[in-house]
Amino acid sequence: MSSAVTEAKLWYWQRVSAMALAFFVLVHLATLIYAVQGGLSAAEILGRTRGSWLFGGFYSVFVVAAAVHASIGLAGIAREWLGWKESAGRALGIAFALFVAVMGLRAVYGVVVG
Amino acid sequence: MTTELAVKVWRGREAGEFAAYRVPRLDSQTVLDVVTYIQRNLEPTLTYRYACRVGMCGSCAMSVNGIARWTCRTHVAKVAKGDALEIAPLANLPVIRDLATDMSEFFDKWASARGRFVGSATRHEDFARVDPASPKRAVANAGIECIGCGVCHASCDVVTWRPDFLGPAALNRAWTLVNDERDAGQRERLLAVAGDAGCHACHTQGACTERCPKEIAPTAGIAGLKRLVAKAAIRGEL
Repeated sequence: MSSAVTEAKLWYWQRVSAMALAFFVLVHLATLIYAVQGGLSAAEILGRTRGSWLFGGFYSVFVVAAAVHASIGLAGIAREWLGWKESAGRALGIAFALFVAVMGLRAVYGVVVG
Repeated sequence: MTTELAVKVWRGREAGEFAAYRVPRLDSQTVLDVVTYIQRNLEPTLTYRYACRVGMCGSCAMSVNGIARWTCRTHVAKVAKGDALEIAPLANLPVIRDLATDMSEFFDKWASARGRFVGSATRHEDFARVDPASPKRAVANAGIECIGCGVCHASCDVVTWRPDFLGPAALNRAWTLVNDERDAGQRERLLAVAGDAGCHACHTQGACTERCPKEIAPTAGIAGLKRLVAKAAIRGEL
């Protein structure tokens, strides 16, 4: 597969993830504002999230969308602003995507199951 | 209005310096008039390029007070800062000498973007009938009046960052052909404008659209190319 086709696919995934993120961020902010109404204690938050598959599902997809979107953008920044090579930028993007995905999913697991 | 203009003009190639001239100020004077006055009266060796003087040929574009413009249709009154004008060659292109840039790579990019019509009919066939009101034709019409002046290419930050970026003019040309229903070279064209140096490098900053003297919107055309190319790539058609 040529680099041009890969580039076009990455653009597509960044755009699709951006559309998803627009929705997720809005729901996330609304939830935040609602959730802090009763104070902000670990027990109160965990009481709401423990065992909630709706919460777990929502934030799992959120994390994946953020990992996809941010890593593609980061690869572009590394290439254009830092003058990195295509392959180096892409490697950085993949590493960052894995980092965000692992940290994010671990956090989701922590508040839902752990 | 002052009676004289203080004009600084770039002399030299990539390395060079601005030279200062005093030029009489006139009503309805264009920037090209100023440059021509300097060459005919003050500095016979000044090198610049123009042909039609009426905004058709696209050869007289220069950087005027830091902004790329077609000089034959730019009135001094509109762009002078007080009595000051600073005239330089277009950005993002190699300078041949003084105000003349080497446009080869600019037009080579049109060729790289497959900016050439690919016909499939022969002369034995009837004329193609294209509905002037069809959406594709309307989109092609919106981009087809490009005069190839290079103002958009000089105004594009992405071209500055990535000199191999095809640039707004070449991509706008490709977009008009993508919307030409007679054209038979679509897959090759989409492949040519895809990728790193192609449409997906555009940041949608819109400097090209802002500065285009023909009021074309290359940004919109490039966005259209991004969508078409990405859809084709996802469907495995490229």
